[in-house]
Amino acid sequence: MADENNTDEREEDENISPWQQMIDNPFLLLFIGVAMPTVFYTLWGVMEIASIPVAPY
Amino acid sequence: MAQFRQCPDTGLFFHKEAENLMKANAVAGVVCLLIGGILALLVVLTRWPAIHLLPADSFYMVLTAHGVCALIFWMIFFEMAILYFAGSTLLRSRLATPRWAWAGFVMMVIGAVMTLAAIFGGKSSVMMTSYVPMRAEPHFYLGLVIFAVGALIGCFVYLGTLVVAKNEKTYEGSVPLVTFGATTACIIAIFTIASGAEILIPTYLWSIGYISHIDPAMYRLIWWALGHSSQQINVAAHVAVWYLIAGVIFGARPMSEKVSRAAYLLYIFFLQLASAHHLLTDPGLSVEWKLFNTSYAMYLAVLASMIHGLTVPGAIEVAQRKKGLTNGAFEWLRKAPWGNPVFSSMFISLVGFGFLGGISGVVMGTEQISIIIHNTIYVPGHFHATVVIGTTMAWMGLTYLLIPVLFRRKMIFPQAAKLQPYIFALGMSMVAVFHMAAGTLGVARRHWDMGFAGNPLGFEYPATAYLLMGIAGIGGVIGVIGGALFCVIAVGSLVFGEKLQKEAGLLQSFGVPLADSAYTNEKPARLPMAPAEAVEADHGESGFEAPGTFILAMVLLVSFVIYYFINWKYLSEVWGIS
Amino acid sequence: MTSLLPPAQKNWWAVPVGRQEIIWIAIALVWCLIMFFMMPLWHMYGNQNIPTEAYKVTPAKYQAKVNEMIEKYKVREETAMKIPVVAPPDGADVYLLARLWQWYPMLELKKDVTYRLHLNSIDWNHGFSLQPVNINIQVVPGYEMVLNITPNKAGEYTIVCNEYCGIMHHAMLGKIWVKE
Ligand code: HEM
Ligand SMILES: [Cu+2]
Ligand SMILES: [Cu+2]
Repeated sequence: MADENNTDEREEDENISPWQQMIDNPFLLLFIGVAMPTVFYTLWGVMEIASIPVAPY
Repeated sequence: MAQFRQCPDTGLFFHKEAENLMKANAVAGVVCLLIGGILALLVVLTRWPAIHLLPADSFYMVLTAHGVCALIFWMIFFEMAILYFAGSTLLRSRLATPRWAWAGFVMMVIGAVMTLAAIFGGKSSVMMTSYVPMRAEPHFYLGLVIFAVGALIGCFVYLGTLVVAKNEKTYEGSVPLVTFGATTACIIAIFTIASGAEILIPTYLWSIGYISHIDPAMYRLIWWALGHSSQQINVAAHVAVWYLIAGVIFGARPMSEKVSRAAYLLYIFFLQLASAHHLLTDPGLSVEWKLFNTSYAMYLAVLASMIHGLTVPGAIEVAQRKKGLTNGAFEWLRKAPWGNPVFSSMFISLVGFGFLGGISGVVMGTEQISIIIHNTIYVPGHFHATVVIGTTMAWMGLTYLLIPVLFRRKMIFPQAAKLQPYIFALGMSMVAVFHMAAGTLGVARRHWDMGFAGNPLGFEYPATAYLLMGIAGIGGVIGVIGGALFCVIAVGSLVFGEKLQKEAGLLQSFGVPLADSAYTNEKPARLPMAPAEAVEADHGESGFEAPGTFILAMVLLVSFVIYYFINWKYLSEVWGIS
Repeated sequence: MTSLLPPAQKNWWAVPVGRQEIIWIAIALVWCLIMFFMMPLWHMYGNQNIPTEAYKVTPAKYQAKVNEMIEKYKVREETAMKIPVVAPPDGADVYLLARLWQWYPMLELKKDVTYRLHLNSIDWNHGFSLQPVNINIQVVPGYEMVLNITPNKAGEYTIVCNEYCGIMHHAMLGKIWVKE
């Protein structure tokens, strides 16, 4: 395993898909992975609970 | 100067600091599993109606400790070991800031001890969920907060290691798939821990009197962002472990990097929304919120799991067929190394997670079906299939692998180790299935006495329910025996196992210096990319390279569909609610 | 061990996906969409849906409402603890209260009549678990939930508490009788 197989020679494609660029970027993924549930689960849910009306009697 | 050694069996490079951290975290995890398992025995013998072992107060105390110890401590300690392995070892990189990682580990230990001390003090039998306004002692919450901060540090050390590896060019191209899976787990963990801090810090302040009121509905919302997401860490991590073990045992190659990584991407996007599963019968949340979140935005994270369910065994099948096991649809599976506990644990984890845990989980997470399942013993039945048969067994398989590779010890009792996964799986499947069955008859979870002693009204569950709980009890005892066997083999191998190389024994992980001839200051050679030839060779255009796996996947799908609609049928028979 | 190595191609996104995976993904996606649309469909055509109607309420206010109802519609008492049994008129608002460790009061309902059942706890979380039909609803203190329920079978029903609520959790029961 130690020997270098000549990876350098492999074709390097300039136009790597934006999807792959996203997947290769852990900090972008971290942002998305935290933002999604924060917005859709937590914030939306907090708003729903906060907007429950007081009993009419 | 970072020191590395190369494992002569697998060729993996271990950074010394990372290695010691992995050992420490894995050992701490197994100790927690051991404690959790002993507590499980007490719990399950109490819920076995004919035995009814503990009195009510100790039952609730022990159940709280079982949940916390097994679910939170065992899982997360082990996950830290996996992160360091995936970040440092797999990338041939030094670990970023090992000192911080040690600080995190020490915090986790302190937090765990503190919380357990609070629970066994007897005044914090609030279950791991600790719903306000039920109150535990302050150090119950404080311990959890400290534990979580420690784990958060571990997550950032992992991310830091990714940066180091990239900057120091220890690999080329994209990170390996297993590392990407670990990254997914790490991201989910960060959201999980942040949610935990958001709710447990105020609750701690409330318990010492700084805050007068915590809204019980808000508490449940945010607590489940912690409670459920932490299960999603497990899922992301144990899928990575499946890929890892398939790679190590079979040299299996992911069928498609794109498909597997895209499936992980769906996890990152959607998996954590499912915290809503626990709030489907709560007051005041809108239908839109429930539908969107409980379905992970149209079940896209379920789609991801179904993809992994095909690609993991599919990769194994392709690798096996390449070795000539091509007869019929299933020769590759029949002739798999069923006597190797690394493989058998992993494969049982895969199948059990899919068939028992996955199907039941999606069904009970359906908005309306939750009505006939919420808080019944069906719920523990379901999650013992996911978190015990799924995650715990994956961790066990990995441990069997790490005993020689990481700890450099020969496994003791190899014959027993062969059997252990089957014993454990049998017992835990019985717990899972019979708890689920009893749940459909309405038996409550977290409940000391299904006979309702002390209430003048009286109510009798059908006799079948008692029978089912009894069989689950027998299964639980078998499961505990299987779990104990694992702990004996794992801990025993570390202490008594023959050293494979003297330089990396257990003592060293406690800081006792031994000759470190195998460690060098030399930087490992750059991690090569996967061989390219393989790709064209075993992925013909015709496509169906893993027919056996496809059949298995269809069997899963059919069971899923049938079970799903059976539950709608049950639901349609109960009182109208609108 | 290529799941442990970087992908063989730098540009792995561009590698075509095998037919087998594509077929499976398509099948699984269809199933996922079916499961998703079952839920809104059940809201339209099914009879068991948790409504969104809920109110914030204080224990004192809710307790007063419960007492008011008991005064109006009490028909008898049960057990040595003299727990009142209430028989509300058809379609009435029925207030059920959960507290340590009791469901209060008991109810006498009619089959195939729809009632507005209010649920609230005045102390901790409790779990409304109606047996043997197996209907389970979370009861959160401070939040009153309103369910339109329609009993579809006569008989004696028991409300079990299935949310852990302390040391006598296992003894927290209530009763509902449904008459023809
Ligand atoms: C070793 C065999 C095990 C047995 C026999 C066992 C059995 C049980 C039983 C009987 C309950 C109580 C159900 C109830 O009354 O609500 C329970 C609860 C639970 N178990 Fe286990 N268990 C085992 C292992 C594990 C493991 C390895 C984990 C986690 C990885 C785990 C996580 C939990 C959790 C989270 C709960 C719920 C606690 C709560 O309701 O707060 N168990 N288990
Ligand atoms: Cu209760
Ligand atoms: Cu209770």
